[in-house]
Amino acid sequence: MYRKSLSYPYLMWAAAFILIPLLFIVYYGLTDRSGAFTLANLAAIATAEHSKALFLSLGLSLLSTAICLLLAYPLALILSGSKLGKSGFIIFLFILPMWMNFLLRTLAWVVLLDTNGVLDTLLKSLGLPRIKIINTPAAIVFGMVYDFLPFMILPIYNVISRIDVNVINAARDLGANSFQTLYKVVFPLSLPGVISGITMVFVPSLTTFVISTLLGGGKILLIGNVIEQEFMKGTSWHVGSGLSLVLMLFIIVSMILSSKYDNGEGNVL
Amino acid sequence: MIKKCVQRTYLFLIVLFLYAPIVTLMVLSFNNSRTSVKWGGFSLKWYRELFDNKTILAALGNTLLIAVLSAFFATLLGTSAAIAIHHMKKRRQSICMSIVNIPMLNAEIVTGIAFMLLFITVGNLLSIVGIHFEMGFGTVLIGHITFNLPYVVLSVMPKLKQLNLSMYEAALDLGAGERQAFFRIVLPDIMPGVLSGFLLSFTMSLDDFVITHFVKGLGADTLSTLIYSELRKGIKPEMYALSTILFLAVFLVLVFVNLRPRELPAGDKRH
Amino acid sequence: MSNRLIDLQHITKIYDGHKVLDDMNLYFNENKFLTLLGPSGCGKTTTLRILGGFETPDEGQVIFNGEDITSLPPNKRQLNTVFQKYALFTHMNIAENIAFGLKISGKSKAYIDDKIKYALKLVNLDGYEKRMPESLSGGQQQRIAIARAIVNEPKVLLLDEPLGALDLKLRQEMQYELIRMKNELGITFIYVTHDQEEALTMSDTIVVMNQGYIQQIGTPEDIYNEPTNAFVADFIGDSNIFPGTMLEDKVVELFGVVFPCVDTGFGRNRPVDVVIRPEDVELGAPGKGAVDGVVSHLIFKGVHYEMEVTACGREWLVQSTKMHPVGEPVSIHVDPFNIQIMNKPESEDEEAVVLDV
Repeated sequence: MYRKSLSYPYLMWAAAFILIPLLFIVYYGLTDRSGAFTLANLAAIATAEHSKALFLSLGLSLLSTAICLLLAYPLALILSGSKLGKSGFIIFLFILPMWMNFLLRTLAWVVLLDTNGVLDTLLKSLGLPRIKIINTPAAIVFGMVYDFLPFMILPIYNVISRIDVNVINAARDLGANSFQTLYKVVFPLSLPGVISGITMVFVPSLTTFVISTLLGGGKILLIGNVIEQEFMKGTSWHVGSGLSLVLMLFIIVSMILSSKYDNGEGNVL
Repeated sequence: MIKKCVQRTYLFLIVLFLYAPIVTLMVLSFNNSRTSVKWGGFSLKWYRELFDNKTILAALGNTLLIAVLSAFFATLLGTSAAIAIHHMKKRRQSICMSIVNIPMLNAEIVTGIAFMLLFITVGNLLSIVGIHFEMGFGTVLIGHITFNLPYVVLSVMPKLKQLNLSMYEAALDLGAGERQAFFRIVLPDIMPGVLSGFLLSFTMSLDDFVITHFVKGLGADTLSTLIYSELRKGIKPEMYALSTILFLAVFLVLVFVNLRPRELPAGDKRH
Repeated sequence: MSNRLIDLQHITKIYDGHKVLDDMNLYFNENKFLTLLGPSGCGKTTTLRILGGFETPDEGQVIFNGEDITSLPPNKRQLNTVFQKYALFTHMNIAENIAFGLKISGKSKAYIDDKIKYALKLVNLDGYEKRMPESLSGGQQQRIAIARAIVNEPKVLLLDEPLGALDLKLRQEMQYELIRMKNELGITFIYVTHDQEEALTMSDTIVVMNQGYIQQIGTPEDIYNEPTNAFVADFIGDSNIFPGTMLEDKVVELFGVVFPCVDTGFGRNRPVDVVIRPEDVELGAPGKGAVDGVVSHLIFKGVHYEMEVTACGREWLVQSTKMHPVGEPVSIHVDPFNIQIMNKPESEDEEAVVLDV
C-alpha cells in the first residue's frame, strides 16, 4: 500500500501554496520598494499607532483566551462525564453553529447587544442595570469568546475523555478528594489539550480584523486591521508584510509551546 | 443531584450562548420590518425576495461550488498524503506533519496575504510573457483546498493508525493485488475518516471569509465577502432568509447522518 | 464472628435492568488471601468495585470493621486497589506515583522517602524512583501499582486481575511474589481473577461466582476436590460430568452401570450430576474394570498423557502417566472415593450459598 509517489502531489502542493507564499511575506517584509534589504518594515511596529494596536490585540486576545479556558474547562469536564459525549453528539453540537455564516452570526450579537437591542430591552424591563458594550473593546472580547470557544472546548474535551477512568479511580482510592484528583491528576494529564486549545483561540484572536470591524464599530484598530488596511487600502505591502512577520513571531512562539506538549492527543480532530 | 442540576444548567447556558445569535438570525428572517431592531410582524417576504436577488444567488452558487470542489480535491490530496505520511520514517513524518499543520495553525490573515502576494506576483510575471492572469474563482479554490488539507489529513490519520495491518496483509495473502487490497480492504476501513475530512473541509470552506477576502480579486464573491461588502449599507434581510435555509438544510442532513451509527473522528475513543 | 473485617450484606447491584449481583452475602477475615473467581460477567469485578467504593450497591450494606461504609467515597476508605491496567499516573515519576497517597494524607517528607524505599524494595525495584511509568515493562508497572497502594498501609488490598496483561512466565513469578508480599505485610488481599490456576495457587479461600451468585466458598482443596455443583466442577480444572441416578445411599447408576460411591443423603432414585476428575479415571485391561471402552484420542501433555475413551456411548476424559494407543480396548475403573455426586441445579438461577470461610 505504501507508495512514495502518493505523497508527491501533496508535497508539490504544499511547496507551491504553503511554503512559497510564506517566503513572499518574508521577502516583502525585509525589502523596500526598490527591492533593497531593510529592517524598516519590522521597525514600523514601534510607531505609536502600530504598537498601540499590537498591545490592544495582545491584551484582548489574552483576555478572551483566558475567558474561553475558564468557560471551556468545566464544560469539558461535564461533557466527558456524561453520556452525551459517546456518540459524536458533542462535536455535532459545537460544529453546527459554523454552518450559520461566521459574519452573520457575529453580526447577530450587534442586534442582541446594541443599545435598545434585545438584551438591553430585556434588562430594562427587568429593571436591571443596562449594558453598553457594543463598539467597545469589551464587545470585541465577547465576539472572540463567542467565535473561538468551540476551539477551546473540543481539544480539552478530547483529552479528558481519553483519560483512563481507572487513573481517576486510583487517585480517589489513594485518598484524594474530587478537588485534589482534579488538580493533581486530571488537570496535568489534560495539559496537551489545554495548550492546544489556548493556541487555537489565541492565534485567531490575536490576528482577527473581522471581529473588531463587526463589533468594534470600525473605530477600534487591532493589529489585524492595521495589516489588512496596508494591503487592501493599498498603503504598503512592504510595511504590511513586515508587521505580519512581527505577528508571526507570536504565532511561532505559541506553536513551539504547543508542539512541546502535543503528541497528537490535543488535536481538535 | 444538585451537582447534576448545576452541570445541566451550565451546559444549557453555554449552548444558549452559542445558539442565541443563530436563533436571532432565524427570527429576523421572518421579520416584516427592514430594520433589525423592530419586530414588524411575521412575514415570508424576504424568502420571496431572496429568489429574485441575482447577486445573492450568484454568491451562493460560488460558495457552494467552491465548497464542494475544494472539499473534493482536498480529500483526494489529503487522503493520499495521509497514507504516504503514515508510512514514513518518524523524522520525515514529523516534518511533513508540521507542514500539514501550517495552514491550520497559522493566522488566516497571514495565509491570506501570503496567497495574495503569490498570486499577484505570478500574475505580474505572466503578463511579461503576455498571459493574462488575475485573482478570481480559481485562486479562491486554490486557497480553500490549501486550508482544507490539514483537516482531511488529521481526520484520516487516526483511522490509519487504528487500521490493522494484518488485514491488508491477509488480503494480499488471499490473492488480492495491492490495488485491490487497498480499494477493498483499506479504503472501506478508513472511509469514516475520509468522509468526515470531506465534511469538515466543506464546512470550513463554507464558513471562510478571511482567505477569500484576500484572494478573490474583483470577481468571485462568496456569501461571506458579499455580506462584508454590504456591511456599511446594512445587511439585506434576504441574507438572513438564505442563512436560515442553509442552516436548516445542513442541520437535517447532519441529523440524518448522525442517526446512522458512525464514528466521527473526534469521537474516537481508545479501545 | 469477631474477626470479620468486611461484611457484605444482601448486596444487589443492577445495571440496565440486569442483576449483576443478587442478594449477595459474603464476609472477609483479617490477614487472608481471598480470591473471587468466575467467568467474565459473574459479578466478581462489581463486588470489588463496591468494596473499593467505585460503585454503590442498589441494596444492601458494606460493613467494614463494624462500620457501615456503603456510601463512603473511595478516598475515605481504608482499602487500596491495584487496577487491572495498572492506572499509573503517567505525568509523575515512580517516586511521585508511590508518594501520591502519602502526600495527600500529609505525611512528612522523611516518612514518605522511607516508605518509597521500603515499597520499592518490597516489589524488587530498588533505584527506580526517578523513572517514568511509560519506560517500565508491564510487569514492572504492575509492581509499582502494588507499591503505590501498599505504602498507605491499607487493611485490605484489592487486586483486579492484576496479572491479566502479563505473559505466562511472569505471571507465575508474580503469583509467588504476591503470596510473599501478603505474608510480609500481614494484611488481607482480595483478588479477582478468571484464571482458576491463579486462584488455586495463591488463595487461602476461593469464592467461586457465576451470574451474580456465589456458587461455592472454600479452600482450594475443597473447591477442587468437593465441588458443590457441576458449574464449579467444570470451571475448576477438567472434569467428566455425566447425568446419573442416585439409587440409594452410596450407590449411583451411570449409563446403566452401577458404581459404588461415598455420598449419602440424596434419597432414592434421584437424578444427579456425577463428576469424575480425569486423573481419577483408571484404565486397565478389558473386563477388569466397571465398564469397557476403546481409546479414541491421545495427546501428550508433558506431565501426563491425555486420552479420550469411548465407553457407554460417551467420551471419558482421562489423564494418566501411562500411555494407551488409540484403538486399544481398555476398561475403566473409578475409586468410590473419587466419584462426586451433586444435585442438579433446580433452575437457571442457582441459589446463593453462604458458607463459613
